[in-house]
Amino acid sequence: MRPIATTRSAAGLSTGLLGVWWVLASEVVIFGGLLGSYIMYRLAHDAWAVQAANTNMWIGAFNTFVLLTSSLTAVLAHQAAERGDGKLAARRLYYTCIGAATFIAVKAFEWTTEISHGMTITSNTFWSFYYTAAGLHALHVIAGAILMLYVAADAAKGRELHRVELIGIYWHFVDIVWIFLFPLLYIAK
Amino acid sequence: MSDHAAAAQAHHDVNYVRIWQILLALLVVSVLGPMIGIKIVTLITAFGVAVVKAYLVAKNFMHLNVQPRFVVYMLGTTLVFVLLFFAGAAPDVMKPAGDNWHKPYVEPSASSTHH
Repeated sequence: MRPIATTRSAAGLSTGLLGVWWVLASEVVIFGGLLGSYIMYRLAHDAWAVQAANTNMWIGAFNTFVLLTSSLTAVLAHQAAERGDGKLAARRLYYTCIGAATFIAVKAFEWTTEISHGMTITSNTFWSFYYTAAGLHALHVIAGAILMLYVAADAAKGRELHRVELIGIYWHFVDIVWIFLFPLLYIAK
Repeated sequence: MSDHAAAAQAHHDVNYVRIWQILLALLVVSVLGPMIGIKIVTLITAFGVAVVKAYLVAKNFMHLNVQPRFVVYMLGTTLVFVLLFFAGAAPDVMKPAGDNWHKPYVEPSASSTHH
């Protein structure tokens, strides 16, 4: 017997799914406020374009490819979980985690290069925004990957398969945030 | 067929690999578009395409289109709050001149990353 309610008849959603949507609603405000602030300053100060020219578009594009691909493996994991194939779902979640690790490794390389060239979080407001926005996003990637490993371990044993969908929805949101960060930080120069 | 069954069927009908291929094609467009060097083309290919990509991910990967309507309203409400914040703060941030306030902020130097 389960100790807590697992469905919300009034909402028409499982408790877990409802919780994930609430989390994402709060995340919209967090990232929306951050990106909105960036856009305000970027539009008001043309000199930011000169700073933005120092970011590497190809690295940003590669990481976009990595995240889009990891979203594919996450949704395919959900598809496998819906069919009751926990092992396949787990394997696809592990692929997604490899995508997360690749993303973070590339970001570490990128930041190391930029910091070694004197572009640090205290250099000026552009770089403060850059490191804060990309750093907050990277923390979400790391948190998502850790949770995904936990969910995948259970899924491999055929347990708690509904969680594959929950972590997948979170992961797609992280992907969407990056879809907007990419043009803002890497293309608008 | 019940609503839930219809929603589940809608999941299965989506060709996720096809959606991923479209997303990658849009990524290529968003990278190549700004290289033309025309501002309006950059805006459309970089930011317009970003909106399309986000829509495709939300609809097809997050299955937002088959969630209960209140989920969309909930997310939409938070977006409205973000727009309210933008509308309230932008006039102050984006208007550098004025008689009634003092703005110590200095634009980053074009020649150096340090102040």
